[in-house]
Amino acid sequence: MAVMMYWEAIRRAHDEEMTRDPLVICMGEDIGVAGGTYKATQGLYDKYGPERVIDTPISENSYTGLGIGASFLGVRPIIEIMSVNFAWLATDQIFNSAAKVRYMSGGQLTAPVVIRSPGGTAHQLGAQHSARMEKVFMGVAGLRVVTPSSPKQAYGMLKSAVRCDDPVFIYEHELMYNMKGEVPDAEYFHPLEGSEVTRSGKDVTLFGYNISVHWCMQAAEQLAKNGIDCEVIDLYTLSPLDRAGIQKSVSKTHRAVVVEEAEAAVGVGSEVMAIINEECFFDLDAAPVRVSAVNVPIPYNHRLEKATIPNAKSVMAAVRKLLGK
Amino acid sequence: MARADSFADGNSITPPPRQFGQARRVAHFEIKYLQYLNHLGEVAEELPEFAQERGQLLALYRAMVLTRTFDKKAIALQRTGKLGTYASSLGQEAAAVGVGAAMAKQDVLLPAYREYGAQFLRGVSMTEILLYWGGDERGMNYGAQAEDFPICVPIATHAPHAVGVAYAMKLRGQARVAVCALGDGATSKGDFYEAVNIAGAWQLPLVFIVNNNQWAISVSRAAQTRAETLAQKAIAAGIPGEQVDGNDVIAVRERVAQALDTARHGGGPRLIEALTYRMGDHTTADDASRYRPGDEVEQQRQYDPIARLHKYLARCGEWSQQQDDALYAECEAKVDAAVKDYLATPAVAPESMFDYLYEKLPVALRTQRESLSSQGESGNG
Ligand SMILES: Cc1ncc(C[n+]2csc(CCOP(=O)(O)OP(=O)(O)O)c2C)c(N)n1
Ligand SMILES: [Mg+2]
Repeated sequence: MAVMMYWEAIRRAHDEEMTRDPLVICMGEDIGVAGGTYKATQGLYDKYGPERVIDTPISENSYTGLGIGASFLGVRPIIEIMSVNFAWLATDQIFNSAAKVRYMSGGQLTAPVVIRSPGGTAHQLGAQHSARMEKVFMGVAGLRVVTPSSPKQAYGMLKSAVRCDDPVFIYEHELMYNMKGEVPDAEYFHPLEGSEVTRSGKDVTLFGYNISVHWCMQAAEQLAKNGIDCEVIDLYTLSPLDRAGIQKSVSKTHRAVVVEEAEAAVGVGSEVMAIINEECFFDLDAAPVRVSAVNVPIPYNHRLEKATIPNAKSVMAAVRKLLGK
Repeated sequence: MARADSFADGNSITPPPRQFGQARRVAHFEIKYLQYLNHLGEVAEELPEFAQERGQLLALYRAMVLTRTFDKKAIALQRTGKLGTYASSLGQEAAAVGVGAAMAKQDVLLPAYREYGAQFLRGVSMTEILLYWGGDERGMNYGAQAEDFPICVPIATHAPHAVGVAYAMKLRGQARVAVCALGDGATSKGDFYEAVNIAGAWQLPLVFIVNNNQWAISVSRAAQTRAETLAQKAIAAGIPGEQVDGNDVIAVRERVAQALDTARHGGGPRLIEALTYRMGDHTTADDASRYRPGDEVEQQRQYDPIARLHKYLARCGEWSQQQDDALYAECEAKVDAAVKDYLATPAVAPESMFDYLYEKLPVALRTQRESLSSQGESGNG
């Protein structure tokens, strides 16, 4: 297995899929000549040319719409939206067209389009460039939403998403592009449904996804030193959420903490807690807890920005409180 | 029947009945291009009235030199870790200063993020701009120009706002004009087209300034649109569009003043495309050499807006080298003072993030606020 960075893994998936199928294309702002804001398409412009690696005008709703339109005719577009904050502009196309066309056409039309976009707080991107709004996307029927927490997932999910006949939204993270990890040398397809037990434990389940899996793992390692045995579940599929996986783990540990970088309201935590209530309420030894961001727009100021979002320490504090230790 | 809509023009645009297959000429246009001083600092066209006055020209020159001095310093601060990502206005000083000088105090500027030259003339302080790029929202709270809009980074999202501002001015019967500055790349966005369209339909007091600096990060002007000019995008919306030499501060100042005058007196909106060039990287987080040929930048140097006015002033015998040196020294001192203020601004308290969120903080959020202030300096991080 080769160790590579998250961005390299994404680039590799693009490259393999574009080599395999001439109808796989990619497009977005600054992805061609410049190789992408996060290097995810580096070198592809030279290799596949401007017709398949397209630098689009700044027209988020239109190029997403045109990608969706092209996908009706068998093209497999991978659309990079530079930041989730600009994906707002394309939500009409994603929600009202891509997610609904199969249903409304009785299966005649499909929108096998992949939309990749990074969100999250990074280093002082300010309120309008720090969205963590995966919760909005996961609430839309007809859309698949996945979110890689490692280079291996980033690679395998993109591969699967390109082959998938449904529209897939891949939520990446601004801070994770340079993260290193092992990626199989052989072609690998990561499932677009389910969840993964990243660490097995018996005292409490920590649910995370994308970057918050890492906070959960750091917290679990620290807590293990104090004899607290955490299970960590990576909810890499946000839609549809893995009900069975959530139920199985909580029925075993009897306690749950859900960790997300976003504000709590109407979020991943709310949804996971609702599933716990519906699936395994009587297995609980304590009320589930959410660890989430403060309810403010992300401040530009570095200190304030850091104070707004959770981290491994806040996860540890929540676990200790839950266990009364 | 004509609609009794006070914002619609009232004049009929219904075409006459036509035969099948008959072609009729509808919109036709020419795009005017205006320049008073050419790049050698020579008079290309008889100077407008204001530019006959030495004091007025010197004021423009000073404002451009100050803007450039500020820009240099801001980049240096970023390189030494004292400022966040910064968008340089190098090479585009005239396009901003001309706008700021033409506007009246009561007008409203809706800038993108390279119009410091206009903002300074409107009373926004250098310290405020530094605070903003230093990651401090207090820098967007302009002391001297409270109704001007903050810097807008989400591209073209302020274009509909500008339409709303102009609508409010018209509704309230005010003799004011909204000025919306945006880039060449911004003209590809739906927000832009929709805003230009409504401004035309409702004949609003609004001037769009398209700062065509030839690049949108790595995407060239040619890759952005097949339209020969960006000014002509206004024509389809039924409003006049024109080009000016954006590196000729006299032309920018003059044409913007004309457009403002028309708009202020009920003559409707206008779009001015200022042809200029982004001499620097897109921002300090960018390296333009990845996608932009170096000789293109070299080639553009000869059109520099500051050198051009300097040549003219010197040729007229109005400006000596000593005066120029003194001006640069004066600007340095002003910028240094602003930097000092910026660096000495006390850090903002974490709980302040709640203070401007709602008019009155909801009870449910008070606990979050209290938990933050009790964690003190370190926050939860
Ligand atoms: C809606 C939106 N999409 C993408 C971006 C990322 N972005 C920031 S600046 C920029 C280029 C803008 O080019 P232009 O309008 O020509 O202005 P310039 O930077 O050249 O002054 C892009 C694509 C953004 N800020 N907002
Ligand atoms: Mg531009």
